[in-house]
Amino acid sequence: MGKKLLSIYIGGEAVVKIYDNKVEKIRKPKKYRIRRLDKILRIRRTKSEAKILHLARKSGVATPIVYDVVGCKIVMEKISGEPVKHVMNAEISKKIGESVAKLHANDIIHGDITPMNMIIQDGKIYFIDFGLAFIDNKIEPKGVDLHVYFESLKAYYDDWKELKESFVEGYLRAGGSKDVVLRAEEIESRGRYVERVGLA
Amino acid sequence: MKALGIEGTAWSLSVAVVDENDVIAIAENPYIPKEGGIHPREASQHHSEHIAELIASVFSKVKPDEIDVVAFSQGPGMGGCLRVVATAARTIALKLNKPLVGVNHCLAHVEVGRWKTKAKNPVSLYVSGGNSQVIARRGNRYRVFGETLDIGIGNALDKLARYMGLKHPGGPKIEELAKKGRKYYELPYVVKGMDFSFSGLVTAAQKLYDEGVRKEDVAFSFQETAFAMLTEVTERALAYLDLDEVLLVGGVGANERLQEMLKTMCEDRDAKFFAPPKRLMGDNGAMIAYLGLLMYKHGYETPVEKSTIKPDFRIEEVVVNWD
Ligand SMILES: Nc1ncnc2c1ncn2[C@@H]1O[C@H](COP(=O)(O)OP(=O)(O)OP(=O)(O)O)[C@@H](O)[C@H]1O
Ligand SMILES: Nc1ncnc2c1ncn2[C@@H]1O[C@H](COP(=O)(O)OP(=O)(O)OP(=O)(O)O)[C@@H](O)[C@H]1O
Ligand SMILES: [Mg+2]
Ligand SMILES: [Mg+2]
Repeated sequence: MGKKLLSIYIGGEAVVKIYDNKVEKIRKPKKYRIRRLDKILRIRRTKSEAKILHLARKSGVATPIVYDVVGCKIVMEKISGEPVKHVMNAEISKKIGESVAKLHANDIIHGDITPMNMIIQDGKIYFIDFGLAFIDNKIEPKGVDLHVYFESLKAYYDDWKELKESFVEGYLRAGGSKDVVLRAEEIESRGRYVERVGLA
Repeated sequence: MKALGIEGTAWSLSVAVVDENDVIAIAENPYIPKEGGIHPREASQHHSEHIAELIASVFSKVKPDEIDVVAFSQGPGMGGCLRVVATAARTIALKLNKPLVGVNHCLAHVEVGRWKTKAKNPVSLYVSGGNSQVIARRGNRYRVFGETLDIGIGNALDKLARYMGLKHPGGPKIEELAKKGRKYYELPYVVKGMDFSFSGLVTAAQKLYDEGVRKEDVAFSFQETAFAMLTEVTERALAYLDLDEVLLVGGVGANERLQEMLKTMCEDRDAKFFAPPKRLMGDNGAMIAYLGLLMYKHGYETPVEKSTIKPDFRIEEVVVNWD
């Protein structure tokens, strides 16, 4: 088996090199931020991503296997399949809800749940990009997790309402808490109705 | 074709006339709080006291009958301020017998930026006192892909400045202090996908100040952290949407460090960075006039009975039928 480089993705925080048999996620220095902050973020995120990819799989959610971590580079399994972004429907959104409930049951906050950060392979949904993930047992961060997903649905799909409902159905059915769903609603209205005053 | 525009959603009170090419006349009288932040009642009082003279001033440079359409910011903004603006706009439109167009303030920031920079299909970073959003167009609407989960970056800067004894508006003062900063203190860096939050950052920076850290270093650490967050989410949006232009708009866009960071990020991924001239970055009547002109040319008109203010007006609500 060769190691052919198929494509490169320059994301918000990393360069992702996709080979035919593996994926390398490399957090290169970002010149726009000062060295000190840059280093803190790159090291912290690489360590935490590798760790949480593993924890997520233990909680029953499909994630790529980590082969190696070298400095700010993660080498992992390549998931071949379609990014969820291109094939989204109500059924898939429900499955995503079920997976997120499993993550939350283990206090794993993904931090960036969007249709770009999930890949569907043989009907199974793989979660990737745990770069902004962390561990927390509180309702608020779990609510934000859902909020980020709902906002991304709104931005991409005209039938976002239906997709959101399916997600909630799956989330609750798999043991997700009603309080978290309510908190997500509250967070949305928060951003919307803040008095636009300098007093804050 | 010429449009008159009135802006007055918060601190700024500004009346301007534009045509398709440029700003023809502008008159402004900002509300500057004597102490503390913006007081909604004082702001609307200020607006109602000064709006007539600003309109008169603009009409001394452009003849009223040259105006083809009257535009006003219908929202989002503070109720009392918006009411003053809407009332003035209705009065002029009725008196001159000209059509009225109520426009979305956030969309005006973006469109005036595209007008003056020629950016085609950018990811817009809109950063002001009350708003901080990552916006891009999808089909016939603008969509907000990311935004603050609590306060706007401008309010955060103003709040920190006030805490350190500086007068409103604090953004420019923090910028000056930060230029003399040397030491970076780590502060909470909070990014959730394309969303972000500033309130924890403000609290932590205030604590640094309480502990005796130099103002300059507090300002420096704050800017470096907050602006890196904004640059990261903008880059994430570029990657997600596969776009290659960034447009910076809103009052905080005047900040040179923020501009520099975005420019560097763009250079590193072969994207183009755009920012309109400083005077069109913050709230101003010209952007309202320009969007009014654009909308009117594309068939929009707001009948008086539908011209009620919209304090929570979202950019997504506007159907965009122009290029
Ligand atoms: N293990 C993998 N298998 C297949 N494709 C992958 C894998 N990991 C990442 N990708 C692809 O690369 C893209 C970028 O990866 P990832 O989201 O981890 O990068 P990032 O820099 O963190 O992006 P972001 O801008 O979201 O922060 C994904 O959207 C996906 O298409
Ligand atoms: N050079 C600067 N650096 C940082 N912040 C700045 C600078 N100049 C102005 N600001 C900030 O910009 C904000 C004002 O922005 P703007 O003029 O867009 O008004 P606004 O009423 O807050 O806008 P909106 O109604 O769009 O939310 C203030 O918070 C001010 O401190
Ligand atoms: Mg990521
Ligand atoms: Mg503004």
